[in-house]
Amino acid sequence: MLRAKPLESPSRREFLKVIGIAGAGLTIGVSLSRPGSAAEVRRAASRETDGAFVPNAFIRINPDNSVAVVIKHLEMGQGTYTGLATLVAEELDADWNQIVAESAPADASRYNNLLMGPTQGTGGSTAIANSFEQMRRAGAVAKAMLVAAAAEEWGVPAAEITVQNGVVSHGSSGNRATFGELSALAAGQPAPDPASLTLKDPKNFRYIGKSLPRKDVGKIDGTAIFTQDIRMAGMLTAVVLHPPRFGAKVKTVRDRQARDSAGVVDVLQIPGGVAVLATDFWSAKKGRDLLEVEWDESEAVRYSSPKLLEEYTALADKPGLAARNDGDANAALSAAAKVIEATYEFPYLAHATMEPMNCVVQVQDGSCEIWNGAQLHTVDQSLVASVLGIQPEQVTINTLYAGGSFGRRANPHSDYVVEAAHIARAKKGTPVKLVWTREDDTRAGYFRPMYVHKIRGALDAEGNPLAWEQRVVGQSILAGTAFEEFAIKDGIDASSVEGASTLPYTVPNLRVDLHTVDSGVPVQWWRSVGHTHTAYSTETFIDELAAAADKDPFEFRVGLLKDHPRHLGVLKLAAEKANWGSPLPEGRARGIAVHESFSSFVAQVAEVSLQDDGGFRVERVVCAVDCGIAVNPDVIVAQMESGIGYGLSPLLMSEITLDDGKVVQSNFHDYQVLRIEQMPEIEVHIVPSAEPPTGVGEPGTPVIGPAVANALFAATGRPFHRLPLRMEKTVAS
Amino acid sequence: MPVTINVNGVDHAIDAAPDTPLLWALRDHIELTGTKFGCGMALCGACTVHVDGEPVRSCTTPISAMAGKRVTTIEGIDSREAKAVQAAWEQHAVPQCGYCQSGQIMSAAALLKSNPRPDDDDIDRAMSGNICRCATYVRIRAAIKTAASSLA
Repeated sequence: MLRAKPLESPSRREFLKVIGIAGAGLTIGVSLSRPGSAAEVRRAASRETDGAFVPNAFIRINPDNSVAVVIKHLEMGQGTYTGLATLVAEELDADWNQIVAESAPADASRYNNLLMGPTQGTGGSTAIANSFEQMRRAGAVAKAMLVAAAAEEWGVPAAEITVQNGVVSHGSSGNRATFGELSALAAGQPAPDPASLTLKDPKNFRYIGKSLPRKDVGKIDGTAIFTQDIRMAGMLTAVVLHPPRFGAKVKTVRDRQARDSAGVVDVLQIPGGVAVLATDFWSAKKGRDLLEVEWDESEAVRYSSPKLLEEYTALADKPGLAARNDGDANAALSAAAKVIEATYEFPYLAHATMEPMNCVVQVQDGSCEIWNGAQLHTVDQSLVASVLGIQPEQVTINTLYAGGSFGRRANPHSDYVVEAAHIARAKKGTPVKLVWTREDDTRAGYFRPMYVHKIRGALDAEGNPLAWEQRVVGQSILAGTAFEEFAIKDGIDASSVEGASTLPYTVPNLRVDLHTVDSGVPVQWWRSVGHTHTAYSTETFIDELAAAADKDPFEFRVGLLKDHPRHLGVLKLAAEKANWGSPLPEGRARGIAVHESFSSFVAQVAEVSLQDDGGFRVERVVCAVDCGIAVNPDVIVAQMESGIGYGLSPLLMSEITLDDGKVVQSNFHDYQVLRIEQMPEIEVHIVPSAEPPTGVGEPGTPVIGPAVANALFAATGRPFHRLPLRMEKTVAS
Repeated sequence: MPVTINVNGVDHAIDAAPDTPLLWALRDHIELTGTKFGCGMALCGACTVHVDGEPVRSCTTPISAMAGKRVTTIEGIDSREAKAVQAAWEQHAVPQCGYCQSGQIMSAAALLKSNPRPDDDDIDRAMSGNICRCATYVRIRAAIKTAASSLA
């Protein structure tokens, strides 16, 4: 049976402790230098040097005229190094070529996400939104101090000094100086209050709105350093044998053969399994293959996916907790002449980053240093400190490029980081690199939860929606995490229903219910979180209602979005650019979908072709996005392309299933993901906007699924309610 | 008994078991970390290197099979095709997270060496084994065409 009570983990209490400390104005001393580490090489270029001008936590202007912009968010491919550096460069009037981006240390007192309270972390497509003013003001402060330094040096009024492309100049005297030349003098100037400075009028933006080259460099010649690439003197590599079922524990270990294997240095029992440490990965992996472990499975998950589906589906037949309740949907449906009904099924999904999870940790007495593609620094510090019995501020984090994340590295339980800390604690003084294999990564859980949705809808006499009742069944992502307190209200985890409870269409009787269950399978946010499933169910069901009303799906939406101009804006732009309504060759069809997530608005028109073998191809996608002011248009286009490609995998082929508690899939042969031959042509259009900028990392992902499914509905007359579709057979079956 | 392998023109005596995959010899013994570990089963292409000029998945290639062969990694490629591919990658701003891109570039350079004017189907066939979870495929395709044009 499903357990009703959510898991309570110690993470929440530990986390709140951190909030208390950070709120008191914690400043952490950070040592950036660790001789022998590969990461040191990358840092050397921008490390603080004598005479550097450090006006605030985000900028360091070096005498060599380079400007280091300190980036508080994780660069995982989404382009935040470029976006945040652009904001500084704009107000600083720097030359783009002199800008170098580097990752901030873990220190929530200076680097918290302004939309996550006292937490330093990256997620919810918030990097640009929370940094837009902060980073511009940081640049403006630096510029004001450079100008003050020049005024003092030249004996001229500051008001007569101009700054352009990294050069400070005074017209009538002919004085000129670079930032580097002024750095020492600028460091002695009093810092103005950032709030007192006037920022540029957007019409004077020189960098914001331009597709400047990216600042996450080293990615075409193998020089970019990821966690996997860290090497240190004396470092050991650890691989861990995890239990075959969630919730199982080690009962007995026979490790004689493993210990005798070449290169193996130690075998350790840790809370999550058995770790084999060796001088290198291959020796550690071979050692692990020789372990004989008996597991205590008395509390292990024994579910199989069909059984879970059966229980979820049964719950979907009953009312749950109301997340939204306008009018009286039940009464309206009871009175309706015709009710349309659909039950949707969404499987568990793995994030499947290209770089499997890994972490380097070195523990000393009273301190700990971590090298990781850290995404939730404050939580990682707190939970590692609790494992080691030290204070969170004694945990130093060096944030490296992440080889993808899609949410995975922002684990609210810091799962793999804590695992690495347990191992490193037992080898005090020795740097330990934990490496998960692809199989470990695929089977470790923290999946996008499985969900079942049931929707019933009815139309009025004019063919407009009269009632919509939606029931969502699935696990809570936030229960038992540090975020529970503000994300779960009256039993509703907002992330379970977001996108459905916020349905934008005019429906007088609208009810959205939630059943929160717990299967014991670890779950987590996955690129676009709740929208991964709610956009699919709502945007395909609206097409079914349009068909029942005998209306064009685009026109139908337009008629129901009168109070939602930004939805309408992207919807109309995508339709126009895709020539919505124009004839297509035989066997081709278009589908449209629109969805708001993370305060950005995306519409997509997908064009599919039916194939002779009974399958189909996604040929082309036209995407329109409104994310407010477009800071870097090419990065926005890249994130729409990426979101579409990422969203096509769960639509077409990806799923995690359980068999008697064991994860069936293990690697890319059975956890299939999109490959180049399945990628459609993509055309992206950005809505011009003066609204404050919002994120683009996630909002492209949820829209592609329903856009393609709606095209298949148009082509075949059949709705598709179960994911993945499985390309080859879907249409024919 | 060390195994000697030639990487980027230099002989390296590797003191490791003969079944050690070339990938881990490169990364852990020679300390060339540009070649990436993605799957360990030749399913994702992140570990692609050139062996005697041909693209090979180093994660399933034992070092014992490398005697007398020339291994080229992302750190060592300097062919016309490779330089054209890297320039096109930069021009199209292909990389996002970047983790798969060494492998993508090695596969693309090998494609252009054997087929200077690939069409879409040729590109699909040559690049299908290289997964990119950031789905930079649209730009990979465009960049390969740009590189091909620049070599013509």
